Amino acid sequence: MQTAREENSISIKYKSEVKNLNFYYGAFHALKNIDMALHDKKITALIGPSGCGKSTFLRCFNRMHDLYPGNRYDGQIILHPDDVNILEQNVDPIEVRMRISMVFQKPNPFPKSIYENVAYGLRVRGIKQRAILDERVELALRNSALWDEVKDRQNDLAFNLSGGQQQRLCIARALATEPEILLFDEPTSALDPIATASIEELITDLKNKVTILIVTHNMQQAARVSDYTAYMYLGELIEFGVTDTIFIKPKNKQTEDYITGRFG
Amino acid sequence: MTKKSLNEASNVGKLGFSFRRHLHEKFIEFILFLSATLSIAIMLAIIAMLLKESWVFFQQVSLWDFLTDTQWTPLFDDAHYGILPLVSGTVVSSLIALLVALPLGTIIAVYLSEFAPFTVREMAKPFLELLGGVPTVVYGYFALLFVTPLLQIIFPELPGFSLLSAGLVMGIMIIPYVSSMTEDAMRAVPMNLREGSYAMGATRFQTAIRVVMPAAFSGIAAAYILGISRAVGETMVVAIAAGMQPNLTWNPMEPAATITAYIVQVSLGDLPHGSIGYQTIFAAGLTLLILTLIFNIIGHVLRKKYREIY
Repeated sequence: MQTAREENSISIKYKSEVKNLNFYYGAFHALKNIDMALHDKKITALIGPSGCGKSTFLRCFNRMHDLYPGNRYDGQIILHPDDVNILEQNVDPIEVRMRISMVFQKPNPFPKSIYENVAYGLRVRGIKQRAILDERVELALRNSALWDEVKDRQNDLAFNLSGGQQQRLCIARALATEPEILLFDEPTSALDPIATASIEELITDLKNKVTILIVTHNMQQAARVSDYTAYMYLGELIEFGVTDTIFIKPKNKQTEDYITGRFG
Repeated sequence: MTKKSLNEASNVGKLGFSFRRHLHEKFIEFILFLSATLSIAIMLAIIAMLLKESWVFFQQVSLWDFLTDTQWTPLFDDAHYGILPLVSGTVVSSLIALLVALPLGTIIAVYLSEFAPFTVREMAKPFLELLGGVPTVVYGYFALLFVTPLLQIIFPELPGFSLLSAGLVMGIMIIPYVSSMTEDAMRAVPMNLREGSYAMGATRFQTAIRVVMPAAFSGIAAAYILGISRAVGETMVVAIAAGMQPNLTWNPMEPAATITAYIVQVSLGDLPHGSIGYQTIFAAGLTLLILTLIFNIIGHVLRKKYREIY
């Protein structure tokens, strides 16, 4: 009884648990024995030098690697509260992607209007009623702090927006389907400092609504926005913990070297 | 010492006007300009020739008769010079060809670009290109001696020459052009756009239709326009399989001559140079040029309007 309650409290606390995850690009062993967890409605940052596997790890969460032949997962990513291993072969990657959304490094709006970009995920799910679409699109645009700027020109092509606006549009697109986890793959690396600041503010605001996993090159960014931080190096998870601890008192020498700028 | 000799050898060091380099640059620029001008000059020469010879024709036949007369019988005693029968043959055979080539070409392109595994794509592409490399005269006899008898099993009343048979085979001939260009346009769409769509939970088909095709629109439009131009301008297949009788009809089951087939017929005959019968081919050629020009302009406008922006 006691243990049952304890396990239950763990599943509420964790949105997802990664257990002994290995990933291979063909023969290349890209991720090695990764164990960690995503805390529910918190922001977890992945940091580490280029090529350490942080983007590869992120893309396991929405089974993006399934798109290319020769990739292989081994291990578990458990999604709570379903307690299902989303890497299992009999789990449809499309089902996974409908619940775990992603925002990419470079803003990638579709060649459609602003409205249709945000409505895309809903249309793909077969939602056609105009009233529902209108409502969801407005909500997503408000949640991504874009509504006031675009409410009068929702039928304009998305390409006419600035880079920062395009990225917020991509966030709105990802939010419109009300995902449980939102993945960010270096979302500000193609943006100027002002646009970066607004995206960071937005990510912080979203914390109450959704569990967030963010890959970043920028350590200050990880320190500013995240609650938990994981440091990766050469496909291994070196250290994972509360962001403040990782940045102020890292347990591992390698982490300390990276964070203090002596390496990487 | 070494530095000085190096500078002397390579003509570096003097800060001033280098006549030799200037001349060299000018010369290259001139050659490039000449090449660019040449193609325009040839185009203008063709138009000038067509206009000049057509002018002679229109001295004797009014433009009104040319555009409205429903008979084209320049070689008869009772001569009529109405272009409509040739235009109808051209339009009907082209429409049939496009009904075959555009949908099939697009489906093949979508499959090869978005669905086919790497090995299948690498095998299929050379075969498709081979299809485009078959001489058109072979297609003509394929239509006349294979497709027409086959169609006659389904439509027993189909004559030996028909627009239907010629159009179908012309369509098969154009498929590789449409599919190859459409596939190139779709493959040029950046992967991050596709990933964005997949990440939203879209299927391959949804991604291909809703994201990749709109993104590749201008390239696909160009492929279609090229297909249309080829259908309108195609000569051998229609000359062999559609018959050479000018016939004002919109019925694909009938034989009819197209503009191109008529020009071949007259060019190969022994009409005296300068006779009105001979001049007709220039008026017909001018009509053909104007038709294809209209399609090219439409294609250009579409390309400009929906330029790819990723």
